[in-house]
Amino acid sequence: MTPYGSFTFFIILAVLLAPTIILGLQGKRFHNYNMFVTVIALALIFSSSLYQAIALCLFTIWQVVLIKSYIAYRKKANRDHIFYLAVFLSILPLILSKVMPYFSTLNLIGFLGISYLTFKGTQLIMETRDGLIKSNPPLTRLLYFILFFPTISSGPIDRFRRFEKELKLEISAEQYKLLLYEGLNKIFLGFLYKYIIGFSINHFFISQLRFIAHSEFQNHLYYMYSYSLYLFFDFAGYSAFAIGVSYIMGIKSPENFNKPFLSRNIKDFWNRWHMSLSFWFRDYVYMRFVFWMTKKKWIKNRNLLSNLGYILLFLLMGVWHGLALQYIIYGAYHALLMVAYNYFERFNKKHKWWPQNKVTHVVAIIITFHVICFGFYIFSGQLFHKGA
Amino acid sequence: MDFKNEVISLLAEICQDDVVKENPDIDLFDAGLLDSFGTVELLVQIEERFDILVPITEFDRDVWNTPNNIAIQLADMK
Repeated sequence: MTPYGSFTFFIILAVLLAPTIILGLQGKRFHNYNMFVTVIALALIFSSSLYQAIALCLFTIWQVVLIKSYIAYRKKANRDHIFYLAVFLSILPLILSKVMPYFSTLNLIGFLGISYLTFKGTQLIMETRDGLIKSNPPLTRLLYFILFFPTISSGPIDRFRRFEKELKLEISAEQYKLLLYEGLNKIFLGFLYKYIIGFSINHFFISQLRFIAHSEFQNHLYYMYSYSLYLFFDFAGYSAFAIGVSYIMGIKSPENFNKPFLSRNIKDFWNRWHMSLSFWFRDYVYMRFVFWMTKKKWIKNRNLLSNLGYILLFLLMGVWHGLALQYIIYGAYHALLMVAYNYFERFNKKHKWWPQNKVTHVVAIIITFHVICFGFYIFSGQLFHKGA
Repeated sequence: MDFKNEVISLLAEICQDDVVKENPDIDLFDAGLLDSFGTVELLVQIEERFDILVPITEFDRDVWNTPNNIAIQLADMK
């Protein structure tokens, strides 16, 4: 069963979460019951494929053993190569799941959500290395964080320390009332985004394009903008469901979108689009890379270093989406945009060529919008599938 | 010079703007004075000058947002 994919799913969810809501409104603790709900929900989500269910179990055991062993090791020692090995082992299942389909027809490793769950495992290793996770967390809490069902298929990607803090929080009846209200609000926003707006764009426009467009060029142009809007409403709608359900379960999962089509520039865009993913790459890839290079003094030129960081980040993000050509070019396109914007920002700081006022703000939003849509056009793969 | 002023003058160096001295309650990220790259430079300098190790994910932009707040956080970690 696809999470949030059918009416049946929402009805089952309502039944499963009824005791949560009753407990919450009485100001009682409900996390133990929510863990039970997570087990039931996972069983439902993965019931359609035994392979996927087994893959999920093996993946979880692999990550938990790895994390627990690394935390235990880190208490005694802190060698560099053990850390690199641990990081490599935590992303190994993901690498195999991406590469395997090219070698065999059967993909035994991949399952729904593997790309997102990997982020949770890897961050635990990195934060342990940083000394931020000192004591070995209880097994149930670790499992609950990794397998928390509302966000299992496509995020938002939470952070362990944040999640754990909220898990320990006492929620009063008054506070829960507010959480419930916000959660329901988000779920209905999700219906509007995903099943009304997103669905309409796809059903009434994208799938009718061959009747609407008069030429090949027009077809691609219309597709570019409508697909971009569809992608936003579909994914933001899904995210709203995931965050809304989290709220009802007493966990404030991080937001994923903040009006991305109102971005003033490409840097601003990555602070507003798929935020939990871009912040992950920012914190665990870009900043670490820059920090490491600065400390080792391997690259002294600040701009070169910053640009290399962006190239690394966006190529990785591209590959993470998949090994198909369109994703790699999508990553390269955004890397190029960030480097170009970096140059522009420095040029402008010196020459004050682009003034800051209301008019330039609007112009900047319009330019950024078109540039972003072209990126999604690459991402869609239409460019490479002629006549599709 | 006391610790808080040292932190603020370090920030002025990294942001390349004296506005952080004039207005130590300015939000560095909203004002575009500090970005991810600047943050890393700041963390490296904090380690070199004050011998305080701030892990990257400990630097939460909602808490470490103004010169005054950064100075308070660092004073706590000393």
